[in-house]
Amino acid sequence: MFLRAALLVLRKDFAIERKSLEILVTTLFFAVSCVLVFSFGLVKEGKAPTDAAAAILWIAVAFAGTLALGRTFERERYGDTIRALLMAPVPRPALYVGKLLGVVLLLFATEAILVPLIAILFAAPLLARPLLFLAVLVSGSVGFAAVGTLFAAMLMRTRSRDVLLPILLYPITIPVIICGVRGTAALMASPADEAMAAVWLSILIALDVVFVTIALWTFETLMVD
Amino acid sequence: MAKSLLAPLAAATVVLFAIALVLIAQAPPESTMGLVQKIFYFHLPSWLGMYSAIFTCGVASILVLAKGSAVADRFAVAGAELAVLFGANGLVTGPLWARKAWGVWWTWEVRLVSALLLWLVFVAYLIVRRYAGPGSDKLAAAVALFGTAVSPFVYISVNFWRTMHPKTTVLPTLPTSMGVPMLFSCLAFMALFGTLLAIRVRLAERETALDALYLAYED
Repeated sequence: MFLRAALLVLRKDFAIERKSLEILVTTLFFAVSCVLVFSFGLVKEGKAPTDAAAAILWIAVAFAGTLALGRTFERERYGDTIRALLMAPVPRPALYVGKLLGVVLLLFATEAILVPLIAILFAAPLLARPLLFLAVLVSGSVGFAAVGTLFAAMLMRTRSRDVLLPILLYPITIPVIICGVRGTAALMASPADEAMAAVWLSILIALDVVFVTIALWTFETLMVD
Repeated sequence: MAKSLLAPLAAATVVLFAIALVLIAQAPPESTMGLVQKIFYFHLPSWLGMYSAIFTCGVASILVLAKGSAVADRFAVAGAELAVLFGANGLVTGPLWARKAWGVWWTWEVRLVSALLLWLVFVAYLIVRRYAGPGSDKLAAAVALFGTAVSPFVYISVNFWRTMHPKTTVLPTLPTSMGVPMLFSCLAFMALFGTLLAIRVRLAERETALDALYLAYED
């Protein structure tokens, strides 16, 4: 029941997105622009500083993710469909999980373009340890999206939501960014520091657990009108 | 409750600050840093005040979310405002001292970074309360809850990040001969924290009472 409701929400979002591709295209383009802006700021004499690729990847994910989060819920607000969603006879946290899955999949799609792009532009060995890198990327995206989905949902009814989302999101997701950047940088070092990357990965997984638990606990209270 | 505690707390604050100032003036100047080191008697207690305020806000926010308690909400907003106030004091006195002691205004040391991030979370809390409109108390409570929950992770991750770095700045340890003035400073700041908390909670109580009176009058 719980999972079915969550998957239904996901399917609904996916069906809308497949028709217009609005959020995916805008997010992707924004992420690529971010990478370029940072390259122009950081590249000196044709070379970027060590670890710059890891930093740029995560900053692009965080910025583009914020944009996507805002858009995902703006659509519900604009169509006034959030009321219908909240009135559905399913557990409220299932709605959160469905939305979260959608945001995470969107982040994955963005990363699928960003990772090769950054690897090529900065000659960065991002895929030197593909499995560990994938694990860092996935757990980092889940942690960021877990906080982001809750905050975007609860800010939906407020006036200055566009400004408030990044203001709330960044101070709280900084540990996710630190772990993501450092974990990625450890894997890019030569030789790759797998032990250190594993430490970062474990902190990320712990963060994911804490964030998702608190979000599931508070979503019901926060979404009551 | 806030009203009855206010007078004794305020008196204690005045007395403790008077004692602390005399003790600080008489404390021996630190051998290498001289007079500058004395800012430490205000710096450390400020952080103590901020962490007490964060603890107050965090616990109160859990009560707001779990029970929708209006009393807890007053403590939460008072705690958040005091966290920002004491944190600002710490963030100003820290660099003033660091410039003289370390030669730089700021360093990416674990305590500095985690304190700054926590301070930002509570600035965000106040921004939400002010600009988010109706229902902002619950939203802000969620921010405080996440902020408090994330603080150990901030510390752990910044700590790992910094230990990976070759240069580590050694924080000077406090000599025991200066412990008594520091103790009184801390007590004075804790009394100040209590006084301000009582005043702010009382103010919130008055606001609620005033709103209720307006509503009754209009009916």
